[in-house]
Amino acid sequence: MSSTVLFTIIMLSLLGLLAAVILYVVAQKFKVVEDPRIDLVNEVLPGANCGGCGFTGCRAFSEVLVRSDSFEGLNCPVGGSETMGKAAVILDRQPVAVEPKIAVLRCNGTPEHSQRTSNYDGAMNCRVAHALYGGTTACHYGCLGCGDCVTSCKFDAMYMDPVTQLPVIIDDKCVACGACVKACPRNIIELRKRNRKDRKIYISCVNKDKGGPARKACSVACIGCGKCVKVCPYDAITMADNLAFIDSFKCKLCRKCVIECPTGAILEINFPVKEEKPAGHAVTEVN
Amino acid sequence: MFKTFPKGGIHPPENKITADKSVIVLPLPSTVTVPLNQHIGAPATPVVEKGSAVKTGQLIAQAKGFVSANIHSPVSGKVSKIEPVADSTGYKQMSIIIDAEGDEWVETTDRSATLVKEITMTREQIVERCRDCGLVGLGGATFPTHIKMTVPSGKKCDMLIINGVECEPYLTSDHRLMIEKGPEVLTGVTIIMKALGVTQAVIGIEANKPDAISTLAGLSKEFAGISVVALKVKYPQGGEKQLIKACTGREVPSGGLPLDVGVVVQNVGTAFAVYEAVQKNKPLIERVVTVTGKSVSRPGNFLVRIGTPVTTLIEAAGGIPDDTGKVVNGGPMMGKALALTDVPVTKGTSGIILFPEPESRREEMMPCIRCGKCSSACAMGLEPWLLSVLSERAMFEKAETEKITDCMECGACAYTCPAKRPLLDYIRLGKTTVIKMVRERITK
Amino acid sequence: MNNILNVSPSPHQQSSETTRKLMFGVVIALLPALAAAVYYFGTGAIIVTLTSVLACVATEFLIQKYVLKTKTSISDGSAVVTGLLLAFNVPSNLPLFIIVIGAVISIGVAKMTFGGLGNNPFNPALVGRVFLLISFPVQMTSWPVPSGFKTGYTDAVTGATPLGIISEGVKNGESITALMDKVPSHMQLFYGYMGGSMGEIAAAALILGGIFMIWKKIITWHIPVAVLASAALFTGILWMADPTKYADPLFHLLTGGMMLGAIFMATDYVTSPMTPKGMIIYGTGIGVITVLIRTWGAYPEGVSFAILIMNALVPLLNMYIKPRRFGKEVRNG
Repeated sequence: MSSTVLFTIIMLSLLGLLAAVILYVVAQKFKVVEDPRIDLVNEVLPGANCGGCGFTGCRAFSEVLVRSDSFEGLNCPVGGSETMGKAAVILDRQPVAVEPKIAVLRCNGTPEHSQRTSNYDGAMNCRVAHALYGGTTACHYGCLGCGDCVTSCKFDAMYMDPVTQLPVIIDDKCVACGACVKACPRNIIELRKRNRKDRKIYISCVNKDKGGPARKACSVACIGCGKCVKVCPYDAITMADNLAFIDSFKCKLCRKCVIECPTGAILEINFPVKEEKPAGHAVTEVN
Repeated sequence: MFKTFPKGGIHPPENKITADKSVIVLPLPSTVTVPLNQHIGAPATPVVEKGSAVKTGQLIAQAKGFVSANIHSPVSGKVSKIEPVADSTGYKQMSIIIDAEGDEWVETTDRSATLVKEITMTREQIVERCRDCGLVGLGGATFPTHIKMTVPSGKKCDMLIINGVECEPYLTSDHRLMIEKGPEVLTGVTIIMKALGVTQAVIGIEANKPDAISTLAGLSKEFAGISVVALKVKYPQGGEKQLIKACTGREVPSGGLPLDVGVVVQNVGTAFAVYEAVQKNKPLIERVVTVTGKSVSRPGNFLVRIGTPVTTLIEAAGGIPDDTGKVVNGGPMMGKALALTDVPVTKGTSGIILFPEPESRREEMMPCIRCGKCSSACAMGLEPWLLSVLSERAMFEKAETEKITDCMECGACAYTCPAKRPLLDYIRLGKTTVIKMVRERITK
Repeated sequence: MNNILNVSPSPHQQSSETTRKLMFGVVIALLPALAAAVYYFGTGAIIVTLTSVLACVATEFLIQKYVLKTKTSISDGSAVVTGLLLAFNVPSNLPLFIIVIGAVISIGVAKMTFGGLGNNPFNPALVGRVFLLISFPVQMTSWPVPSGFKTGYTDAVTGATPLGIISEGVKNGESITALMDKVPSHMQLFYGYMGGSMGEIAAAALILGGIFMIWKKIITWHIPVAVLASAALFTGILWMADPTKYADPLFHLLTGGMMLGAIFMATDYVTSPMTPKGMIIYGTGIGVITVLIRTWGAYPEGVSFAILIMNALVPLLNMYIKPRRFGKEVRNG
């Protein structure tokens, strides 16, 4: 071997050795002592960093889990009870049962139900439209259709339906992280209890005006008549500000309220179609 | 060489279609809807109730708190309802609805047209009269005038600037007021000077109103301390910071007020209202509104009572043209588009513009080409392209550092953008979020 | 009237200037240079230019429609401008397959991979040109000499460019004063009588286009003046120090891609700074680096590299050079 090659090999080896020594010393000197369980818990978390747990990412959540004595109030909506169970095993804690949830859009103001009284031509952003005016219909509580919720969903679980001009939540993909709830400037989306077969019963209206103006603005509005409250056998429905609300954790899906509602504001989703429909009211099925 | 502000500005087409149309007094409407929040600050509280009989000029709502204004009945008749009514934004505001019967005024108002030039009130009496008469800034900002006319302790004021610029295209109400009511306007200016304790006042008028400039310049010789300055036609010359800079060279500091540089700015319409309030004890119940548009058959400037439905105003101008695609309350740069014309005229309504269909839609948005024209147009020295992107991506802390709160929402950036990006839509969103953020930080 | 009204936030008027109008303004400004290229180099100029423009537009269309599956935006004119500028940077006898490759690189790699119009950090035409220069060095440096507009595409006669003659000569130890006899006179250089790429030769045509763009408010004076002034100053200092080794400033301004770069390439909106102060710094950097490469670098021409280097600094310039805010003293309220 020529002396150049030999010299090169020796020099590079020495440089490599020097770099390795420096790296080792620095790594040891600036080492952050951490509970090794944080890494273990982080491994079992989904890694979506969606913030659905209320913390800034999966690693932050792992740190919180390791630090806390009990799992009360802590839940990863994406991973659900399976993930929380695994974390409980690693940290030797009692898993707390949390009901799985699903995001639900509480508005059915399609062009068919709620006449368009103006045309919105501004930036396609719900917060901008909401700050500007009541919206393209006479209901100034309802969905603006600009899609802030769809943009905020990191799990591809939402899309805007061009015919109904309302966002659609795909049940299979929704993990109830809550991003769309925060994105909506009118608080139209709600996280409700997830039932078997993704069945839902809810009041698809957030209009707080009295019955007359509400009905004039939208044919399937909640007019605050209170019939649903009276007929519910489980006391699951309450009324406030001319608007009914069904507590999804008390509701047993009996569907008595759906039949009672005179405007069709209460929707039943993913139920088998009834044989006969009582005349005089609309049962609107949205899939 | 006309004076102007040094940085930024745009030249939209002027379209002053109604510049030579004398003010027409509109007949009284049959019903008026008077919103309780026509001013900056807390909405006024009603002092009448359903069924009350009222006279024109009678107090119907009291100012609530320090930053608020009184509201007076624009007609005589009976209060039919006090309830929330949809305003120009479609959101409901508490309003007093009065069925008009005749035009019986309160006895305290002097209804004669003779000019009263002598000012007999003291400083304090002037401010009190303005407060009692419910005066607010008529340039569109509707800030309660009596507060602006009081110099707080610790601040000094050595100059009054009167905003006769009317830089928005289409609007001509201030222009007509200066030509037709020159002596009254100048008397009003003198009254404000006395209230502020200043000896000099400058009236800024854009050079596209040569008749107003010559009229007021001629008349100002009979009034001490008032001079008229002709300004270069450039939008937004009417913004108070730009107006102060052009007339005096002083620059209001970021986050500050004109009083920080010793100046108070009042609109020329407000000066006229001050004259009527102080010399005639007439509350603010009517104002001049321009109704205009390229397809309007009888565009003009109308003296209209507050609370008149905009629909009535449009009828007086020949009715709504068939090709109308957009109705704007205010000027094309900063006004608010109406979803329905069934809304009332308020103290801040300076004009109604009816845009024909092709002009009423925005052009399709393209990607930002980073040309920097928005930044060149910004009169506040900001970078709209950056502020808009930061707001869009919810990076509000960075937006605060980039001084998004300095933005005066004049719209020059969005007007200029060749890619037709909705810059101001997002900047406005960012501004409100940052202001809320700052307020929460202070109260914590 | 039964129509429903349109509602949007203010402002309710927009200026009549659009991206497309700006792009086509640039195309019009480039027409004198195209005319000069045809006049001096013949049909090759038209063939290469047309191919370049079509290839750029086609690349953008195909990528947008079939790869990205989004709306196509070729009507905004930016691909046409890139096509023209790419063509102006290459010889008029360049084989067509090479120019097509250049177009695909310019639009596909330098523009679309970054996100399309408005998102590219580097000037797409220059990226394409430099790619071609490195990949096809022979074809990209066989510069035709002026031979009249009747010259066929394949009949071009190649020779050395004025910059090439100077740099070769100086390497061989000849003095500038002697070399100056071998190159066309300043007047001839001004009107474009020299070998080189299609767009760079005629300073007169380019300046005409530049004045048109400034008049139409498509560009401002800051970048072209900064580039030319700094290059002139730097070469002027060198020339005054030793006129036998360094050519005079006017020669440097009129030869090579200096005019084309200063007026059309450096002024590209997307890759240049957004503030006047930033533009001056950017232009100065380009001028200085160009002269450095021309004088001491391996290539006789350095404008392309200088612009690409300064493109990399533009985000930094945009971050730290801000316009002066109105009322700059902060008041703690």
